[in-house]
Amino acid sequence: MIEVEGISKSFGTKQVLDNISCRFESGQVNLIIGQSGMGKTVLMKCTVGLFEVDKGCIRFDGRDFSSMDFRQRKPIRQEIGMVFQGGALFDSLTVEENVMFPLNMFTGMSLSEKRDRADACLKRVNLKDVHQRYPSEISGGMKKRVAIARAISMNPRYLFCDEPNSGLDPKTSILIDELIRDITQEFKTTTVVNTHDMNSLTEIGQHIVFIHGGRKWWEGSYSDILQSGNAELDDFVFATKVMQRLKH
Amino acid sequence: MGSLFMKPEKFSVYYKQVMHELVRIGVGALGIVALTSVFMGAVITIQSAYNLVNPMVPLYAVGIVARDSIILEFSPTIIMLILAGKVGSSIASELGTMRVTEQIDALEIMGINSSGYLTLPKIVAGLIITPFVIILSMFLGILGGWIAGDLSGTVPSADYIQGIQDQFLPFNIVFAMIKALVFAYIITSVSAFHGYFTEGGALEVGQSSTKAVVYSSTAILVFDYILTQLILA
Repeated sequence: MIEVEGISKSFGTKQVLDNISCRFESGQVNLIIGQSGMGKTVLMKCTVGLFEVDKGCIRFDGRDFSSMDFRQRKPIRQEIGMVFQGGALFDSLTVEENVMFPLNMFTGMSLSEKRDRADACLKRVNLKDVHQRYPSEISGGMKKRVAIARAISMNPRYLFCDEPNSGLDPKTSILIDELIRDITQEFKTTTVVNTHDMNSLTEIGQHIVFIHGGRKWWEGSYSDILQSGNAELDDFVFATKVMQRLKH
Repeated sequence: MGSLFMKPEKFSVYYKQVMHELVRIGVGALGIVALTSVFMGAVITIQSAYNLVNPMVPLYAVGIVARDSIILEFSPTIIMLILAGKVGSSIASELGTMRVTEQIDALEIMGINSSGYLTLPKIVAGLIITPFVIILSMFLGILGGWIAGDLSGTVPSADYIQGIQDQFLPFNIVFAMIKALVFAYIITSVSAFHGYFTEGGALEVGQSSTKAVVYSSTAILVFDYILTQLILA
């Protein structure tokens, strides 16, 4: 479980996160939802330590991550897998080398073991015959899947996905959602997904945190969202006609 | 700066990176270095011959002037200014692109010291390969002068060869190597700094690349003066 306690973050004079507290449950897909520019990505980046918080603390299964220095954070970081919005694959490496990268850095595996592991991870995300291609030679959906394969190569305890569906067609989005859900169950990870995709909300959302204007407005399970009584949340979730029909 | 020199996560991975950078910084720059050096040597020789038309000055003096100009200034400084443009912009744009596409964040998330992993191999490779590049440049520059002098008929081969051997000071090579090492450090570290701390998008990557070339070129010129003053004056 990841506990976020009273974190605030400002960039210059602009306060992006204001005293946010929430919990991301183990073995579940936790969604951070909210409109663009409301602080979802900043919250995620603060949680994984890419941004330092101004105040508050973050605990990974009781370990106070925010007060640790770079060296102390290393063991926890090796338990984290992250899928970035654009994939963040290394351009100069092939797909296979991208997936093998964390194994090269942190394991003593032989080359054949690393290749087998990379192959297994790529198969897990339904990718075949792309091993020797470069990121520039594959589609956006494939890039996301390679990023997921890289994120799971070290058997992560925590999986973070920043807008995994952005820029993808509906079918590929569903595929990515299913992958995230299945991997969470299979690896028993604490998964945190940033999204404003309503399909992800209905398909994989188990625990949901709603961020608006840099503050947490609502937190609960998917089943509670229909009766939240929170005007801002309703306004966001039921903005589309499809969701309005679902409500009624 | 501290994180740059932290203990590497895995030496074998850093070693591979250094090898890769050696090829990119050194071998990748050989074409432009060779071309510039040959023509630079040729022009220095012909211009020196043009300016030394005096019956009191022997023709072999052209060889001395060409040799010392190439060894002391043209190879270590001008070639390094060219490398600042070629290698510096390449380093800054590579790291800048990695920053704006979150590849550096991906390294950090994995628990890798990104500044050390990305910049240290470039600095080490720059320091290793630059002396060889500069020695090659000196050789090609002097060779270019010889060919140009002979082809144009301004300096006969025998005079030029006598000139490049006359009053040779081996310390000049040491001085040139000191300059080359300092300039290599400036190019790789200044460019890596500008690339690594890029913020924004494609426009900012271009700006970082330009800044890297401008600042490293300026620093090279300033340090050229300082080193010359300190060592030769």
